[in-house]
Amino acid sequence: MSRLGQRFETLAADGRKALNTYIVAGDPVPEATVPAMHALVRGGADLIELGVPFSDPEAEGPTIQAGIERALAHDVTLADVLDMMSAFRSDDRDTPVVLMGYLNPFLRMGYEAFCKRAADAGVDGVIVVNLPPEEAGTFRNALCVRGMDLVLLVAPTTTSERAAYIAGQGSGFLYYVSYKGVTGARRADAASVAKRLTDVRAAARGLPVLVGFGIKDGASAANIAPHADGVVVGSALVETMGCTAVAGIPDSLQAQVREIRDALD
Amino acid sequence: MPRSNRVPYEAPTQDGRFGDYGGRFVAETLIHALDELTRLYASVSRDPDFLAALAQELKDYVGRPTPLYRADRLTEHAGGARIYLKREDLNHTGAHKINNTVGQAMLASRMGKTRLIAETGAGQHGVATATVAARLGLECRVYMGSEDIARQSINVYRMKLLGAEVAPVAAGSRTLKDAMNEAMRDWVTNVDNTHYIIGSVAGPHPYPMLVRDFQAVIGAEARDQCLAAEGRLPDLLVACVGGGSNAMGLFHPFVDDEGVDIVGVEAGGEGLATGRHAAPLHAGTPGVLHGSHTYLMADSSGQIAQTHSISAGLDYPGVGPEHAYWKDLGRARYTSVTDDEALAAFRVLNQTEGIMPALESSHAVAWALREAARRPPEDIVLVNLSGRGDKDIHTVAGIDGIEV
Repeated sequence: MSRLGQRFETLAADGRKALNTYIVAGDPVPEATVPAMHALVRGGADLIELGVPFSDPEAEGPTIQAGIERALAHDVTLADVLDMMSAFRSDDRDTPVVLMGYLNPFLRMGYEAFCKRAADAGVDGVIVVNLPPEEAGTFRNALCVRGMDLVLLVAPTTTSERAAYIAGQGSGFLYYVSYKGVTGARRADAASVAKRLTDVRAAARGLPVLVGFGIKDGASAANIAPHADGVVVGSALVETMGCTAVAGIPDSLQAQVREIRDALD
Repeated sequence: MPRSNRVPYEAPTQDGRFGDYGGRFVAETLIHALDELTRLYASVSRDPDFLAALAQELKDYVGRPTPLYRADRLTEHAGGARIYLKREDLNHTGAHKINNTVGQAMLASRMGKTRLIAETGAGQHGVATATVAARLGLECRVYMGSEDIARQSINVYRMKLLGAEVAPVAAGSRTLKDAMNEAMRDWVTNVDNTHYIIGSVAGPHPYPMLVRDFQAVIGAEARDQCLAAEGRLPDLLVACVGGGSNAMGLFHPFVDDEGVDIVGVEAGGEGLATGRHAAPLHAGTPGVLHGSHTYLMADSSGQIAQTHSISAGLDYPGVGPEHAYWKDLGRARYTSVTDDEALAAFRVLNQTEGIMPALESSHAVAWALREAARRPPEDIVLVNLSGRGDKDIHTVAGIDGIEV
C-alpha cells in the first residue's frame, strides 16, 4: 500500500483527522526546507505538501506569492525540489509528501522523466493547481505506473455530478477548496463547508476529503475538521517562514503546527 | 497540411484544442464559469438576433466597417508591392480591441454579470473594456502592470475618465502577464457576478475561439474590400502578434485561401540574440500559461521568462494557441522586427501618409516595408494597422529626448 493510503488508514483506525501542512520549497532559502519539513512532522503534521516555485502562481494570494518569490530569488527549480525531497526521505521513511505546483515546470522536465526522478526521491503524489482532470490523463498515467497519486481539487463551484467525475479521476485524497478565491484570502466558513462536504464526501466514495484554503490556526482547523477527513494549512505557515530568522524556523513551525494538532485531537 | 486536400479548416475541437495547443488549464473554481460561457457562446453564435444586434453595435457604436486604404506614398517609399492598410486605428477608442469587448460585453449581459474585469498591456484593451462597461452601466476594474502604467499614462487616465478602476500590479515583471495573473485571481474570487474579458486570442477555452470570432470581422471586411478594389485577393497579409488577436482577426477569414501568404510579426525587442525580446513563436517552446498550451518564453526549468518590447501591447511571453497551431501547420509564417525597426516604421508612416500607428502596429508596418521592397509592383500586401499611436507619443518623445 502507498504511504498516503497507509497514513489515511492509520488515521481512520485511530479516529484522528489528517493535518496536511504546506510550505514552499526553497523558502526563504534552499537550506531551510529539509529542516522545516522535519519540524512540521515533529509538530504533528501527518502529510506534507511541498510547494514547487513557479513564476506565475495565478491561484495564490499575496502570502504564498511572497514565499514563492523568496524561493525564486535563489533560482529554486523542480530538480532542486526533488533533491530536497531525497534528503528529507533519507531521515523520514513514513511521512507522505505531495508536491504542489503549476503545470509548466513538470511539463518542461517531461512527465516520464519527472515521474522516474520523483519516485526515486520518495514523492508520494502531486497536486497541480492548473491541471483539471480533462487535461490530466497523460500525467496521471505516468504517475500511476510509478505508484504515485494525482490529487485533484474540488471547488465550491463544482457541480455534484462533476465532483463524482473528479473523484473517479484522482487518487490519494480529494482536496476541497473551501471558498472561491486565492489562498490565504479569508477564513473558511464552517457552515458553508459543512453544507457542501456532505455532498462531496458522498461523491468521493471513500477517497479521503481534505479541506484547504482559509485554515490558519487551531481554532479554524477544529471548526472545519469535523466535516472532513482532514485539513490543509498553508499561508499561515508560509507567513512564519517569511518573518522568522532562518535558524529559528524549525522551532517556530513546530510550535505552530503543534497548536493546530492539539486543537484537532 | 489539411488544406491541400481541400478540407475546410475547422478548429478548435469541442474541448478547445487547436492541434496540440489550447485546452483549458485553469483552477477548478473557474471550470463552471468556462462551461457556462462555452454553452452560451455556442447558442448565441448561431442566433440571428444576437448576430444582428452585434452587427448593429459594430456599425453604430464602433464605426465599422473600417476603410481598407491604399497607401500610395508608403508604397512608393518601399519601392515594390502595393501596400494597403486595414484601418483598425479608426475604430472608436482607436484600436481593434473594441471589436472583442463589444461582443463579450453582450455575452456578459446575457449571463447577468454586473461587473467586468480585464488585463491590459498598452491600455487599449483596458480602454475598450472600460468603454463598453460605461456604455452598459457595468462596474469595471482593469489590471495593469505598474511598468505599463508608467509608459502608457494617457490610457490610464482615459480609463479613469471612463469610470473604471485601474489596479496596478507590482508583481513579477510588472507587465501584461502579471496583469493577467491578477485578473485570474480576481475572477476566481468574484466569479459569481464578474465576467473576465480576456483581450486576446489567449487564455482557456473558449476564449481563443470567441475572441477570434469577434475579431474576424477585420478579415471578413478586408477580404471583401480587397476584392472590390482590386478584383482579387491580396498576396500577403501582415499583422503584429503579441497575444495575436488583431492578427488572427485578419488572418482567419483567409485560412482556406491557399494563394494568400500570411505573416505574423513578433516583437524582436533589442534583437533575438540579446534575449531581450517577446517572440515566443520564434524563440520559445511549448508550455502552459494562463489557461492554454502554447508557445512560451520560459527557461530550462519551466519558469516564465522576462520579456522586453518597446510596445507594451506586445510585451507578453505567450501567444494565442491558434497561432502556435498555424506555425506548426505552416499556414502562417512568424517573424520579428526589433524596437528600432518598429520606431523607424512609426516615423515613416507618419511622414508619408499622415497616419500615426501604435508602436504595436508599427512592427507590422516595418516588416511589410521590408517585404514589399522585395516584391513586384503587381503584388498586394495587406497590413493590419491595428491601432493608432497617440498613446505612444510620450514613449517616442522620450526616445527623442523631448518632454511633452
